[in-house]
Amino acid sequence: MRYSLILAGVSAFALATAALAQTPANKPAAPHPSAVAQKIVNDAIAEGATKIVLLPASAQITLIQHGDVYTVGAAGTLNNADVLIENGKIAQVGPNIAPPPGAKIIDAYGKPVTPGIMASWTTLGIQEIQLVAEVNDATPNQALDSAAFDVSDAINPAETEIPVARIRGVTRSLTAPADCGDVFCGTAAVIDLGNGPDLIVKKQAGVVAELEPNGGEGQKNARPDIWVKFRETLDDAREYCGQRAGYRRPGGYRDQRSNKVDLDALCPVVQGNEPLLVHVERASTIRQILAYTQSSHVKLIILGGGEVWEVAKDIAAAHVPVVMDNDLNLPGSFSDRGATLQGAARLDRAGVTVVFQPQSDNPGAHARTITQIAGNAVANGMSWDHALAAITKNPAQVFGIADTYGTLEAGKDADVVIWDGDPLEVTSAPTAVFIKGQNISLVSRQTRLRDRYRDLSKKPFAYR
Amino acid sequence: MERNSATTWGAAIIVVIALVLAWWLIPSLHQSSGKDKQVADQFPNDQFPSTYKPYPSKPTLIRNATVLTATNQEIDGGDVLMQGGKIVSVGKNLAAPADAVVIDGRGKFVTPGIIDIHSHLGVYPSPSNEATQDGNEATKPATPEVRSENSVWPQDPGFTRALAGGVTAMQILPGSANLIGGRSVVLKNVPSVTTQGMKFPNAPYDLKMACGENPKRVYENKGGPSTWMGDVAGYRAAFEKAKEYRDKWRAYWKDKKGDPPDRDIGLETLALVLDKKIPVQMHCYRGDQMATMIDVAKEFGFRIAAFHHASEAYKVADLLKANGICAVMWADWWGFKMEAYDGIPENIAMVDHAGACATIHSDDPIGIQRLNQEVAKAMAAGRRMGYPITRAHAVEWMTRNPAYALGILNQTGTLEKGKDADIVLWDHDPFSVYAHAEKVFIDGALLFDRDNPKISPRSDFEIGQEDNGETGGAGQ
Repeated sequence: MRYSLILAGVSAFALATAALAQTPANKPAAPHPSAVAQKIVNDAIAEGATKIVLLPASAQITLIQHGDVYTVGAAGTLNNADVLIENGKIAQVGPNIAPPPGAKIIDAYGKPVTPGIMASWTTLGIQEIQLVAEVNDATPNQALDSAAFDVSDAINPAETEIPVARIRGVTRSLTAPADCGDVFCGTAAVIDLGNGPDLIVKKQAGVVAELEPNGGEGQKNARPDIWVKFRETLDDAREYCGQRAGYRRPGGYRDQRSNKVDLDALCPVVQGNEPLLVHVERASTIRQILAYTQSSHVKLIILGGGEVWEVAKDIAAAHVPVVMDNDLNLPGSFSDRGATLQGAARLDRAGVTVVFQPQSDNPGAHARTITQIAGNAVANGMSWDHALAAITKNPAQVFGIADTYGTLEAGKDADVVIWDGDPLEVTSAPTAVFIKGQNISLVSRQTRLRDRYRDLSKKPFAYR
Repeated sequence: MERNSATTWGAAIIVVIALVLAWWLIPSLHQSSGKDKQVADQFPNDQFPSTYKPYPSKPTLIRNATVLTATNQEIDGGDVLMQGGKIVSVGKNLAAPADAVVIDGRGKFVTPGIIDIHSHLGVYPSPSNEATQDGNEATKPATPEVRSENSVWPQDPGFTRALAGGVTAMQILPGSANLIGGRSVVLKNVPSVTTQGMKFPNAPYDLKMACGENPKRVYENKGGPSTWMGDVAGYRAAFEKAKEYRDKWRAYWKDKKGDPPDRDIGLETLALVLDKKIPVQMHCYRGDQMATMIDVAKEFGFRIAAFHHASEAYKVADLLKANGICAVMWADWWGFKMEAYDGIPENIAMVDHAGACATIHSDDPIGIQRLNQEVAKAMAAGRRMGYPITRAHAVEWMTRNPAYALGILNQTGTLEKGKDADIVLWDHDPFSVYAHAEKVFIDGALLFDRDNPKISPRSDFEIGQEDNGETGGAGQ
C-alpha cells in the first residue's frame, strides 16, 4: 500500500481516522431514479446538447463504425471494425456491420475502441472523501475482525467520484474495504459505474485479509500474532460453517474469537466459493500464504506489489492472480525491499494473471490513473496487450464476471470506450463511454467546476 | 575634482581598512559577549552552509535532439553543449570540443532537469516507520525555529528513484501539521553522505506555512487552533511577535547600548521573512484561503512565493497573477479531503492561461518519479478545453517555473548559456507514458544512465539487500 504523505504526513491523522471510524456510518440513501434521470438531462444540457431523448438503455441501438477495435478477446485487434450495441449488450463485433434501422451511428475512424476499464481494489462508491467520516464507508471499526463488513451496504451511486472516473473510461470497480480489523477487513463487491441506481454487479466478490504488520493504520501485530488469528478464524469458520445449527445450542461450540456474522461471511471462503483477497508484500509471507491455501480449499487472490514478483513461479504454478499498483518501486516498508517497476512484467512473463490497481494511496478518487499505471507497466517491460488485459479481461475473470464483461464480444454487457488516442497514454481521453449500453454523459462535477470558472471576467460569480 | 575625488576615496579606503583591522584586532568587537551571538547588524542567515561540489564532468555535446529549452522554444535537430558543469551553448550544428563526449540525440528529447518544488524526500523517507518520520515537529502550532535540512536523511532511496525520473533539484519541506512548519531547503539531487553536500549553492531559504485542515486536525485537541479563523489568528500573532523582536534588535543595533536582546532562533527566522529575505511557501488548497493569506502577507509585509497544492487556484488565478504568486499544483489529485474536493485536472492549464505562474509538484516519493507525465496530463486537459498549449511551454511547468518560485532561476530551470548543466535526455517525447529519462546530468556530471547500471546511484540502505534479487538504485 502506498504511504500517503499528504495525509499521513500529519501523524495525528491515524488517530483522527480511527476516532472517526468509531462513529456509526451514516449511509446516504440511493437517489430516486427520476433524480438520476434529471441529472442526465442536466448534464446533457450542460454539454450543449440540443435534443434530449431519454430512452431506456434497452431501446437504444448504437453502431460504432470504423474503429480500431481492441476486443481483448479471441478476435484480437480489428482495424476499421464496427461494434453494434443493442439492448445494453454487445450484439456484434466485426467489419462492415449493416446499421439496423434507428441505430445511432458513431464514426470512430482511426480511434481505439476498447472494453470499459475495470479498476480493482478501489473505494469507488464507498469513500467519496477520505477524511470526511460521513462519506467514508471504507474503513471498518478496527477493534475486531470484520469479514462481515460488506461494502455492498454502502455503495452510493450519487458519489461524485463515479462520474470523475467513468468519463476517463473506468466502467467497473472491484470495491473493497480500505482498512482492516485485526486480520480480516471486509467483503468486496464488483460494481459498474453507470447511471444506477443499482450499481452492484456482484456481491461477495471476495473477503479481504491483511497479513502484513504494516498494513493497517492501527495494527500492532507481530507476524506470528497475525498468523495465529488468521488460522484460528478460518478454522473456526470451517467448524462453524459445517454445523451452523449447533452454534447457539446449549453445550454447543465454544466461543469463537470472531463474531457469528464474521464467520458467516467466511463460510463461502472456506468452502472455496468466494475468493480470499490477501494483502501481502514480503516474499516470505507470500510463500507462507501460498502453502496455506494449497493445503486448504481457499481460493486465493493476492493484493500486493512489493516482493510479489520474487515468488512469480510459485504463484503462477498455484494459478493465483495478483492485483497491484505497479508504480510502487520503493522500499516503503521493510516488506518491500524488492519492489521494482519491473514487477508486473516479471509476473506476467511467469504466467501470472496480473490485475492493476489505480494509484493505491487513493484508488477511488484517483481511479482514472488506472490507464497510466498500465502504461507505465508497458514502459517497464510488459506487453501492451497484456497491460490492457490487466485492466479489462483479467479482472473480469479473477472476480468472476467474465461471462458479462471484460472483452468486446457478442453477448457481453456493452461497456465500450472510444478513445482519442492510445488508451494507455497519459494524454489520451475517451470521446464516448458506454456502460451496459448507456451512453454516458461526459460530464462530472469537475467539468462543471471547470466551466463555471473558465472565464473569470465573463460575468459576476452569482450568475455563472 | 578628479584629484579631490581620488583623495577622498583613498582616505575612505584607509578608514575602512583601519576599521576592519580594528575589528579583527579587538576581540570584543567581533566575539560574542554574553548572550549576543550576532556578529553583524543583521540577522544571520547562513547556517549549515552548502558544501556541494559538482561531480566530475566531461565536456558533453548532445546532438540532433528535439530540445525543449523551457524558454518557450522547441528546437528540432538541436544541440546542447555542456562544459565545466555549465551550459555553453544551445542551438544547431554546434562544434564539439576535441575532448567532448558526443551523444547522438536523434529521436530523443532534451529538457532542463526537473525541479520538484514540493517534496518530503529525506524527511519522510523510505522505509517509512517510527524512526524515520522526521517531517513534522507537531509539538506546537508554530515552529519557525526548525529546518527540514536538519531532518533530511540523505540515504533515502527515494532520491535515487527521483533521479531516474529526471529530477535534478527539489525543495524539501517540513510537513503541514503546523501553521508555521519551519524552513525548507533546496537540494541538488546528488548522492551525498551529508545533507550539506546536496545543498543547492546560493539557493535562498524558504519558510513552510500551512493553511486549512491539517493544523486544525493536529491541534484541535492540543490547545488549538481548531478553526480556520484560529489558524489565521495564529499566523498574525506569530508575525506580530516577530515584528517586536525585529524592532528590539534594530533599536539595539542603532546605538549598541546595554545588553543585547535575548536571541530567539524561531523569531529570527520570522524576522528574516518580514525582511523578505525568506519567502513563504504556503500549503493552501482553497481559493478563499489563498485570498486571506495574501492579506495577511500584506499586513506584515512578507512575501508568499507560492501556494502549494492549490486545488482551487483556478478560482483565483486573477488574484495570483495580480500578486505575482505561483500556484504549485497536482495534475489530477483531488478528493482525499474536503479542501481538495474541488480540484480539477484543468487547474494548471487554467492558472497558466490566466497569466499566473503555474508549477507541478509531487509531494510524493512515487509521483516525483514521473512529473513529466503529470505535466503531460495537465497539458492534455488544457488542450481539450481549447488552450493551444505547446510542449515548449508546458515543460516550463516542471523546470522554469519551480526554479522561479524558488529563486534559483538564475542558476537552473532553463537551457540557457551560463546556467548549471542540469539536463535530462529522454528516450521519447517526455510527455508520453512510455518515455524514460535516459541520461541525467547535474552540473554537467552524468549521474544516471539508464543504459549503464554502474551509473545508477544506490543509497546505503539498499546496499546488502541483494538477496531480494534486485540491485536497488535509481533504475529499480
